[in-house]
Amino acid sequence: MILSAHAVFANIDLNAFWAQNSWIGEKLATATWETFYMVIICTALSYLFGLPLGVILVTTEAGHVLENRWVNRSLGVIVNATRSIPFIIFLILVIPFTRLVVGTSIGTTASMVPLTLAAIPFVARMVETSFKEIQWGLIEAAVSMGANAWQVIAKVLIPEAMPSIILGVAITTINLVSYSAMAGIVGGGGLGTLAYYYGYQRYEDLIMWATVIVLIIFVQCVQVLGDKMAARAINKRR
Amino acid sequence: MIEIKNLTKIYHTAHQDILALDDVSLSVKRGEIFGIIGLSGAGKSTLIRCINMLEKPTRGSIMVDGQDITLLKQQQLRTARQKIGIIFQQFNLLSSRTVFDNVKFPLEITGIPAQAARQRVEQLLDMVGLSDKARVYPEQLSGGQKQRVGIARALANDPKILLSDEATSALDPQTTRSILKLLKDINRQLNLTILLITHDMNVIKQICDRVAVINNSRIEEVGDVLSIFSNPQTPTAQSFIKAIINKDDPQEYRKDLIKQHGDKYSRLIRVSFIGASAGDPVISAMIKRFDVDANILHGNIDRVKDVPFGHLTLELIGSRSGVERSMSFLQDNGLDIEVL
Repeated sequence: MILSAHAVFANIDLNAFWAQNSWIGEKLATATWETFYMVIICTALSYLFGLPLGVILVTTEAGHVLENRWVNRSLGVIVNATRSIPFIIFLILVIPFTRLVVGTSIGTTASMVPLTLAAIPFVARMVETSFKEIQWGLIEAAVSMGANAWQVIAKVLIPEAMPSIILGVAITTINLVSYSAMAGIVGGGGLGTLAYYYGYQRYEDLIMWATVIVLIIFVQCVQVLGDKMAARAINKRR
Repeated sequence: MIEIKNLTKIYHTAHQDILALDDVSLSVKRGEIFGIIGLSGAGKSTLIRCINMLEKPTRGSIMVDGQDITLLKQQQLRTARQKIGIIFQQFNLLSSRTVFDNVKFPLEITGIPAQAARQRVEQLLDMVGLSDKARVYPEQLSGGQKQRVGIARALANDPKILLSDEATSALDPQTTRSILKLLKDINRQLNLTILLITHDMNVIKQICDRVAVINNSRIEEVGDVLSIFSNPQTPTAQSFIKAIINKDDPQEYRKDLIKQHGDKYSRLIRVSFIGASAGDPVISAMIKRFDVDANILHGNIDRVKDVPFGHLTLELIGSRSGVERSMSFLQDNGLDIEVL
């Protein structure tokens, strides 16, 4: 059905075309907005929880400022376990929890629960990687000046890793766009739902293609914005 | 100021135990610049890292200004560390902060009020000659400038001691000299005790009062820099000194010596200078007084901690008695003579 795009666009009568398909524009705008706010809120929430988790993952390692083998190991296991469940299964798995939190398992608000839950461990690992890029000497310098763990985290780890963390935010956002489409298939709303119910089940090729184009533009924008912000954070230092 | 007693550090690895420091005892006096020299792997780095407890000693005690740093609890240790400045080979400046904010960093850690902190930073930057770079990020600085920022940062909380972990090893010789000069000035102005580690005898020569030679995890020799330079006891110390003071090979001159000086008598000698006598015109006095010629074949006069130090290889030519009396004249003036 995707392949027949040529046939769709081959229709020359534009006026008739718009008259017939104006409802698509409305649907598309609504769905795009849903996806947009779903992804933005999920990204924000996943960093709200994932960033501290990443900090704990790094700082509880052996020799680090909050060294704690037990916490480090258990957290590592939980993060890995969550990340090894394919999202489409995870989505169904957490339905009882979703119902508990938002009262339903259908719609955009409901799909933000599994999206955020799945993104948190991902963010934790991204943040962990960013922190590990920092030269160990900087942390040691702060410790040797008498800094406590909190000061090392707030004044060394986070500011030094900021450009890398910003790039991580872009990657996370993009991942959430594609995860949100999966959530859309089980009634999560947004562009995923639109593409699935109209594009796939009703054979509306135009909807399918329009969705794809919107997604491409959206992802491009996020990446370019992320790159720019990270570059600005780095260039400021030069 | 720093009293290290029976310090032992053993690293436990999966395969073996590595002895990094073996029963090290040292005493650093208030206001002196104390150098520890050793090759890489000798244990000097572990030693300096033990003094601010970046490494936890296996045994032994480290008193800093009367307080045993090895016995402190976490909170006490943090407070003690605020009074132990340290500078690093790799500078370790925060790339996310300007020069100004890097120097302010330790003041934030201690919780100095913002206004007082600003004044202190300005004063420190002025001291290291970087007031005009306050708003610049470290990436824009040269190595020497970075180390100046490091020094300003290390002095921010008025430390009792300053540790220098190979602070000049990443710098070129000229920059090294200017950084060492700065350290020496600070040492004099603030009467600050400095403990430095290095593998470069030039650093010891230029600013240290006393030096310890570390080899194979043990302190082999401790003493006045001048006495170690003039009379190194251990092979390690000797090789360090040989590396910077190139004595000549007398065999080279022997061939030339066959050259006759008519009926004149000649002797090949090596004169060693230590201390003030190098400043006196002893050689020229000798030439005039005993009517001898002095043919200078090789010479090397250096300064060790501002004291002239070196040697001259001379061929003395004249009457037999003139040459003999010249040599005793030199000895009477406190010079060491070696007939080659």
